[in-house]
Amino acid sequence: MKTLNADFNEHEVLHELKHFLPAQAPLKDFIHHNTLHAFQHLKFFDALNSASEIFGYKVMLSLEEYRSFYASKRISEEVLERIVYERKGSKHAAEWLEKLLSKPYTHTTLPRIGALRAHWKKQYHVDLDSLVHPLLFRVLCSYLDQGISIWNFPVKEQSFLSSLRELEKNSLMSIFRGKRAKQLLLETPCEIKDLLKTLIGDEALYQDYLFDQQFAHQGWAGMVSSIEDQPQTLLDPRQISIHDLIVVELLLEIDALDFHHGSTNWLPLSEKGHHPPTPLFAKVHHRELHEVLTLWQEAFEWSYYDQVLAGLKIPKKQKMEAPKKSFQAMFCIDDRECSLRRYLEEFDPACETFGTPGFFGVEFFYQPQDGKFYTKVCPAPVTPKYLIKEVGIKNRRQKDIHFTKHSHSFYGGWLISQTIGFWSAAKLFANVFRPSMSPATASSFKHMDKFSKLTIENKHSDHQENGLQIGFTIEEMATRVENVLKSIGLVKNFAPIVYVVGHGSSSVNNPHYAAYDCGACAGRAGSVNSRVLSFMANHPKVRTILAAKGIVIPSETQFVGGLHDTTRDEIMFFDEDSLSHQNKEYHIKNEATFEKALDFNAKERSRRFESIDTSLSPDKIHEKIRLRSVSLFEPRPELNHATNALCIIGRRSLSKGLFLDRRAFMNSFDFQVDPEGKYLLNILNAAAPVCGGINLEYYFSRVDNQKLGAGTKLPHNVMGLFGVANGIDGDLRPGLPSQMIEIHDPVRLLMIVEHYPEVVLNTIQKNPATYEWFINEWVNLVAVHPDTQELMVFRDGTFVPYAPLRAQLEAIENLSPLLEIHHENLPVYSLS
Amino acid sequence: MTAFLHIFIVLPIVGFILSLFVPARKEDIMSKTAFGTVGLHLLCTVGFIGFWILQGHPTLNIKDIVLFKSTGYEFFIDFCFDAIAATYLFVGSFLTFLVTIYSRAYLHRENGYKRFFNTILFFYLGYNIAILSGNLETLFIGWEILGISSFLLIAFYRDRYLPVKNAVKVFSVYRIGDVGLILAMWMSHHLFHENITFLKLSNYELVHEHLQSHSWIGIFISVMILMSAAAKSAQLPFSSWLPRAMEGPTPSSAIFYGSLSVHLGVFLLLRTYPFWEHQLSVRILIALLGLSTTFIATGIARVQSSVKSQIAYASIAQIGLIFIEVASGFEGLAMLHFAGNAFLRTYQLLVSPSVVSYLIREQFYNFSPRESSIERFFPKKLQYTLYMLSIKEWNLDSLMYQSLWNPLKWAGNKLNFLTVNRTLFFFIPAYILGLICLYFENSIPQNVHAYLPIFFSLLGLLMVLKSFTERHNTPMSWLLVIMNHFWIALSISFNEHFKFNQTLLYLSGIVVAGIVGYFGLLRLKSLEGNINLDQFHGHSFKHPKLALIFLLACLGVSGFPITPTFIGEDLIFSHIHENQVALAFFTSLSFIIDGIAIIRIYARVFLGPHVKSIYETAYRSS
Repeated sequence: MKTLNADFNEHEVLHELKHFLPAQAPLKDFIHHNTLHAFQHLKFFDALNSASEIFGYKVMLSLEEYRSFYASKRISEEVLERIVYERKGSKHAAEWLEKLLSKPYTHTTLPRIGALRAHWKKQYHVDLDSLVHPLLFRVLCSYLDQGISIWNFPVKEQSFLSSLRELEKNSLMSIFRGKRAKQLLLETPCEIKDLLKTLIGDEALYQDYLFDQQFAHQGWAGMVSSIEDQPQTLLDPRQISIHDLIVVELLLEIDALDFHHGSTNWLPLSEKGHHPPTPLFAKVHHRELHEVLTLWQEAFEWSYYDQVLAGLKIPKKQKMEAPKKSFQAMFCIDDRECSLRRYLEEFDPACETFGTPGFFGVEFFYQPQDGKFYTKVCPAPVTPKYLIKEVGIKNRRQKDIHFTKHSHSFYGGWLISQTIGFWSAAKLFANVFRPSMSPATASSFKHMDKFSKLTIENKHSDHQENGLQIGFTIEEMATRVENVLKSIGLVKNFAPIVYVVGHGSSSVNNPHYAAYDCGACAGRAGSVNSRVLSFMANHPKVRTILAAKGIVIPSETQFVGGLHDTTRDEIMFFDEDSLSHQNKEYHIKNEATFEKALDFNAKERSRRFESIDTSLSPDKIHEKIRLRSVSLFEPRPELNHATNALCIIGRRSLSKGLFLDRRAFMNSFDFQVDPEGKYLLNILNAAAPVCGGINLEYYFSRVDNQKLGAGTKLPHNVMGLFGVANGIDGDLRPGLPSQMIEIHDPVRLLMIVEHYPEVVLNTIQKNPATYEWFINEWVNLVAVHPDTQELMVFRDGTFVPYAPLRAQLEAIENLSPLLEIHHENLPVYSLS
Repeated sequence: MTAFLHIFIVLPIVGFILSLFVPARKEDIMSKTAFGTVGLHLLCTVGFIGFWILQGHPTLNIKDIVLFKSTGYEFFIDFCFDAIAATYLFVGSFLTFLVTIYSRAYLHRENGYKRFFNTILFFYLGYNIAILSGNLETLFIGWEILGISSFLLIAFYRDRYLPVKNAVKVFSVYRIGDVGLILAMWMSHHLFHENITFLKLSNYELVHEHLQSHSWIGIFISVMILMSAAAKSAQLPFSSWLPRAMEGPTPSSAIFYGSLSVHLGVFLLLRTYPFWEHQLSVRILIALLGLSTTFIATGIARVQSSVKSQIAYASIAQIGLIFIEVASGFEGLAMLHFAGNAFLRTYQLLVSPSVVSYLIREQFYNFSPRESSIERFFPKKLQYTLYMLSIKEWNLDSLMYQSLWNPLKWAGNKLNFLTVNRTLFFFIPAYILGLICLYFENSIPQNVHAYLPIFFSLLGLLMVLKSFTERHNTPMSWLLVIMNHFWIALSISFNEHFKFNQTLLYLSGIVVAGIVGYFGLLRLKSLEGNINLDQFHGHSFKHPKLALIFLLACLGVSGFPITPTFIGEDLIFSHIHENQVALAFFTSLSFIIDGIAIIRIYARVFLGPHVKSIYETAYRSS
């Protein structure tokens, strides 16, 4: 095997490798991101083609699925024709339509990844994976373990490689089978290059070999890589690096080959004559099937988008604006709040709701009372300079004896199994027949105690802890409140009460619990943030500053923090005692509205749940939804962001009156308050990666649940508290489990911005990182002209007009019958 | 009252058969069938046990159908009910009931929803037969059902590599346990000259009288029973299979490997206790085995960093203690310990996914960076060595691999010169020659005649060895397995005047199942082309019906209690004399390998990632 001599640059190759590996952080910090972020510099469909050919991912639905969608009219005929005509020209349109609809395709090419390393099995008849992986995973997991094992890795203060060296040096038992690898570890510096020389020989193959090797267990490799990049994600930190992992794995491979062939009886891989496979990153071919699928995917997306855009154009009935608002409520932009807001507006037409990222513009670390660490509660890329502490809690944390490690020792176990063992039987019985909240439940209400106090105001600037300022100064508060209010366009007509409602979730038996909480709060509940913003906005000194800037908040207006549990559909309000007498009365009335809206919201959600009869009354359904959230045996406590497809940035009037089936992120924004797009830029900088990331993670986990998702969660086994694997010897499974994505329709996010197209164009180009999302089509973008309602689609750098194919939407008066019959995704309706 | 015992067997049978006819998409009917069966079973259990206690808890025994009878041999089904059976019945009913309800929602929308409940009910049937059995033969029926349903549940995710690989691994270990039981039955048959019931075993005079003159036979039987129990209960040196069995959906792991299946070894010991009660050496051996397992498994449990393997090893350690309790004669304590351990581990496994949020929260509030375990006080060298040993599970897994598979592979590879044609050209005439010899048996010199059975059984052993290591020709590998049985039949025919109808009984199931399986393979080959044994093919993905038929054929050929061959197997052994150690050794060895070879064919051809789908298959390592 001879190829051109190419220099192996270890630093570069490792950097490149880390870029391609899954970037999922440990479970407690689970944050949605674009699974194929490494390809984001390419146009979406080109990227898919490369990812598919190089790594063997399935990147779109199968041809059969698209064709069946077409047969069932989920892909509209007109849209399909329009797409094909636009992309292929009228001359070839018929030919391509024929290909799409009926040409048979067989797909047989193998991915490039793994081809080089497959030679071990073909030429040397040795199954390196099964000789190396189990031991490698076990040692690695033991080193990284955050608290499952009772007897921890004996040397954990040093780097992975040095720890192993130390262990090897002082142990009579080696991790290696033979002598050579042990000697290499103990007596040489273990340069990757030298080890590869022994194993591979030809330098030109090193890069591809390392990719093959690490992608044979991309879960573990990705976890190591992301811990290397952000060591603070482990509460009990470790010095791990992809470099150390590769070195150890190379040593184990040498050892396995020695064991299999005898230490001198094998030649490096490149010296056993055979043709080298296609280099991993050689030019990618264009395949007709890919083009066919691309057209299908676009037709699938636009079949949905078209309904939404048609809906936006329908002139809304101008309802009489209530002279006085009963209350205003800010929610997270999260798609799960979409329907709750609709019900609130329905039951109290005088109220007004807003959407903004659920950390409410206040970024800080939070330390609960007795907590040993700080928790970041703002978007992941932000590093806050502030710390807010919880003091004076009333409730104590509860414990559960079943998680005690004493049951794993023999005397403790002997006692426990004969005593607590019987208690387990009772608990299991109780949980099967009458599920209830237990210490095992991950509940968003535990994030912060309702009656605690928070250190929000910074009294003097030297009040600091570990380099973080405790609380915010008046100035800092005013800036934050101003930013939030202006970005959502709430600058006048304040209601007596403005609710600031964060969100979180409750679930049990769910290692992915963090994915269910608020992404804008770094996978935590938004309770502290909502309370902090309310405190700031209620502060008289802050109001004085705001008034000077033109935002006059009447003195009778009070802000109230709250937390919406999206799984249980419950809301908890904070600091209600500080409400004025008058507001307290309003609040009691509003609470009833919230309660009713939550019941109906539960009913709307329940149409997706097999175990709940949707035709029951809303409060009965709500009770069942609550039980569901604490049932051990319920792998779908809620459906999280499944079916998300839209992000609407604009006034509520734009989408009010449309039934969007909980598929839209909604960020309130008023172009009149922000004519230059200053706040719009901030909104887009956050919304593109956050909503786009969520959307694409769902997209890829749905189209290839095995390779890009986590597979079914039922056999998952928790590894070291940071990941899940199948069984005990398996690779970690990043991505989303099938239970989270099964009802998701893989369509890209359509971002709809209500502003003048030239302002939008100007704004998106300001930040290259944000612009990449749009120009490379990872997110579709439409601008709605605020005056004319004209729709403009962003395509190849400019906005072009878009005319929806349909002029009307089906109008419905009462949702209930619809909800009670249908399980599947519903089309867009106009609500009358 | 005694006759009422039947209900505990009949209910699961009816439920299982009903469940087979439920359409795969009807989750609701499926789960209700399972729920109804097990629920009713639990009701009966509670009612029956209550009534039985009121009656003064007598030991019940019921001799059921005699399946086969000839001079000096009687194969009959026998059931027995006493405190041991009552405990196991209640714990089993209770846990299976809860887990059935649990799984009803948990498995919603999972591929194989029906398959899961079918297997659970099948398992449940086996469990009840085993724990209510009144003699070793009946126990063995249940034992076999448990083995195969275990295999099916571990390989529940049959389109992934690791579950299938581990299922085969676990099955191999179970197979060792099975043969331990066969040999124990063989010897006890010679000892008592009948298929003795457990009830009679508790007759001290009877046992004592037989054992007095044959104490080594008694030890042999006890050791075989112990081997069987140790394999089933994951004691040393078999322990490493238990964590590897945790590949199915969590509730199935919880009920099988957390609680019921893994405690059956203990059951076997409790049942046979009267037999080895007076063999002090055996009791010491059992206690020592339990003790060493407890120590080693506790050490391994302490270093586990994945939650299910930690629970598995902790459970093994407790079962080690239960072994000690049984050996010391504390029957009541052992049963209490069994029930508690079963409940505890089931619950711990079921809530195991919650461990992340719970322990992370604990860590968040209670973290101390240098939390030390007791081992920190050991000298460094000892500490590191023990840690490394525990991480590597004391090499138990590779030990099983090396001591079990490698010699077989080595021996099989020595037979590489055998091609299909050579095999047929040589062995068919040789077999005919053997038959001719049998016909003219009387004219063969006495000293040659004595070696013929051993010689023929050795040839049979060669057949399965070759079958086990064959990599390319699957139908050939299958035929070799069948031929093995023919050699065994021939060899035993020489050994004793084995009546023709008994040979027929033995071979009937094998011939029918063999033909079905052979044509199944040919059919698949004509549809799919390559079906070699070098890799997993996953053809059940496209041919689920064929896969089921072939599985039934496999069961038939391996002497599963669905054909008369099952009785034949036992019968064969009854014709091996107690002093023919070599013959017994070869025959039992070929039974072990035979089972593994068959399951290997099934797994390689029908399970694993589907070879023809490039997409939507999981990574091999996942």
